[in-house]
Amino acid sequence: MSMKTRVSAYTLSVALFCSTGAMAQQMKAEVLHWWTSAGESASVKVFADQFTKAGGTWVDNAIAGGANARTAGINRMVGGNPPTMMQFNTGKQFDELVSNGLVRDVDAIAKAGKWREIMPKPIVDATVREGKFYAVPVNIHGQNWMFYNTKVFADAGLEVPKTFPELVATGEKLKAKGIIPIALGGQPNWEHNLFRAVLVGHGGADMFRKLYGARDPQIAKDPKFKESVELFGKMRALVDPGSPGRNWNDATALVITNKAAMHFNGDWAKGEFIAAGQTAGKEYGCTVVGQEPKLQIGGDVFVFPATKDKSQLAVQDKLIEVMLDPTTQIEFNKKKGSIPVRMDVDVSSMDVCAQKSHAILSDPANQVESMEILSTPNFSGAMQDAVTQYWNNPSMSADAFMEKVTNAMRDAT
Amino acid sequence: METISIRAPSVAPSGTKTRRSMRTRLPAAIALLPTALVVLVVYIGCMLWTVRLSFTSSTLLPKLDWVGLAQYNRLFVNDRFVTSAENIVIFGILFISGCLIIGFLLAVFIDQNVRGEGLFRTVFLYPYSMSFVVTGVAWQWFLNPGLGLQKLVRDLGFESFTFDWLVNQKMAIYTIVIAGLWHGSGLTMAIMLAGLRGIDKDLWKAARVDGIPTWRVYTSVVIPLLRPMIVTAVVLLATGVVKLYDLVVAMTLGGPGIATEVPAKFVMDHLFERNNIALGTAAATMMLITVVIVLAPWVYARYIRAEGRRA
Repeated sequence: MSMKTRVSAYTLSVALFCSTGAMAQQMKAEVLHWWTSAGESASVKVFADQFTKAGGTWVDNAIAGGANARTAGINRMVGGNPPTMMQFNTGKQFDELVSNGLVRDVDAIAKAGKWREIMPKPIVDATVREGKFYAVPVNIHGQNWMFYNTKVFADAGLEVPKTFPELVATGEKLKAKGIIPIALGGQPNWEHNLFRAVLVGHGGADMFRKLYGARDPQIAKDPKFKESVELFGKMRALVDPGSPGRNWNDATALVITNKAAMHFNGDWAKGEFIAAGQTAGKEYGCTVVGQEPKLQIGGDVFVFPATKDKSQLAVQDKLIEVMLDPTTQIEFNKKKGSIPVRMDVDVSSMDVCAQKSHAILSDPANQVESMEILSTPNFSGAMQDAVTQYWNNPSMSADAFMEKVTNAMRDAT
Repeated sequence: METISIRAPSVAPSGTKTRRSMRTRLPAAIALLPTALVVLVVYIGCMLWTVRLSFTSSTLLPKLDWVGLAQYNRLFVNDRFVTSAENIVIFGILFISGCLIIGFLLAVFIDQNVRGEGLFRTVFLYPYSMSFVVTGVAWQWFLNPGLGLQKLVRDLGFESFTFDWLVNQKMAIYTIVIAGLWHGSGLTMAIMLAGLRGIDKDLWKAARVDGIPTWRVYTSVVIPLLRPMIVTAVVLLATGVVKLYDLVVAMTLGGPGIATEVPAKFVMDHLFERNNIALGTAAATMMLITVVIVLAPWVYARYIRAEGRRA
């Protein structure tokens, strides 16, 4: 409802604004995305407003749920009636659209804008196919942040753990004091998210790439991998019994309300803290656990369905220009919880978590591709099945889990 | 059965009669044409398309190559699919038999001319008006050890009370059955009650004259008379079993672990989230084959043998 009202308000204002020229008809952009939660729609509104200022008409086509939105968009592209631009997650989701010639090559604009120099390499690699940019990255999300409640740690007289063995030890002390050490949304994808945080934090970036990218079965013989799996297994005792089935935002709420100490999540969870009126660095802190702060990064991109229509191409060019403008980037990412995809913008106006994220990523050695970039949805799904079985069955050994992982490597497409 | 007896007279032909029946049948045929087309193109067509895709290596987009039974081989070594298949059998048996028993008992209870019958009928039927999603979320809250029943009883002073089926891998599927029973028993009751009301009062009088105990009348007279109602209820409940998806998604999301996965969810996940159309359609085809195997003997007994006897 509100979305509709807003769309018509935009349309109306722009129509009035541009009524003198023929621009209104030509600069119409239909944008398909799945940013429907409060924080997300506030962030997409930044794009819409900037595009409207630049003389365009933004037709908002928001579809709740990533999978639903992608299915709808892909069906429209295959059916020959595509939107002007469409959202994807950074990674393999649009591979087949590229190989079927359904999306536009934007490499000329990328070269002019020096994207290869100003964006982190994992993001560039995830967007470039056969040497050409086929999508426009708009932000960077870090997926393995640990949010913690500063008050809970201060009251317990404990330090915030820096590595995973430390975290397990600290967790047991917290549990003894009657605090939930780790707030977890006990749904398969969040269990999997936690596993990846442990793997990249304890096993390291290469091991992470070997598992999700190269699918190297030798990894099962690596003692460091087994150690990571066992550490992850020990964390089963650090969540509360009510965890299975819980939504991630309810898990975040446990940290916000001082019931739990730590919570692993992507930086999008910041939205929940902000909505509760808390400030990063004050009531809650954020850190990346591990010897070195390896951050799994992903994010969102927009693809532009291929078209021969000159006016549509011009609209697409304008959209790219608007979205990557430094001011738009800062404003958009403040609302979204992510950080600008361009490393050359000044982030001093953003919160401490975003600044930390920017600082970590300034060293290319800390940039690790997220699972969505490295792995096919099918292998990710098979891994998720294995992880959730291991997590929920305390009697399953690390070896049994590793066998499932090897099977998943073999069977998944 | 009914259709056969209606058709019987018109089969006896004389020239004019056939023409007249042609004239009356033509509009009927035209009226049915769109439905027939929908059935042919949408149902049968999509079914064949699904089966065909299950023999391909399609991932995000359909691709028409041929990989033989490779997808089926992968399907049967997939832990999740095997668990799904077991779960649907457990759910199917407990849900259908449970609904029939509870529904029948509720119907008998209401049929005793209790005061406030209308109220009871509404209360018992009310869950059916809820969507599975609402049912699932409500039961998730109710059975959550930290929020619902367990916490309530513990707060009342019974500290050792434990009811954690929802978060227990071995028992979680039974919580889905409980929610399903809560949802489906009312409808079964309504169907059974309609049947009970249709039973001739004289039968009861005759039984009373003969001094037959009430329970005996129910088991030997009433239940056989209710057979059509039971069949209707079973068919309705069985469709609910096959398409079980939203209840699981709302209540457990297939968890803890993969303990409450069901085939429909396997198909949906692989088609739309895991970019694996081929494996998803292979699972869908297995579901179709299972339904056909279950239905075939019944269709044979009911229509084909019956037809044969008549001729």
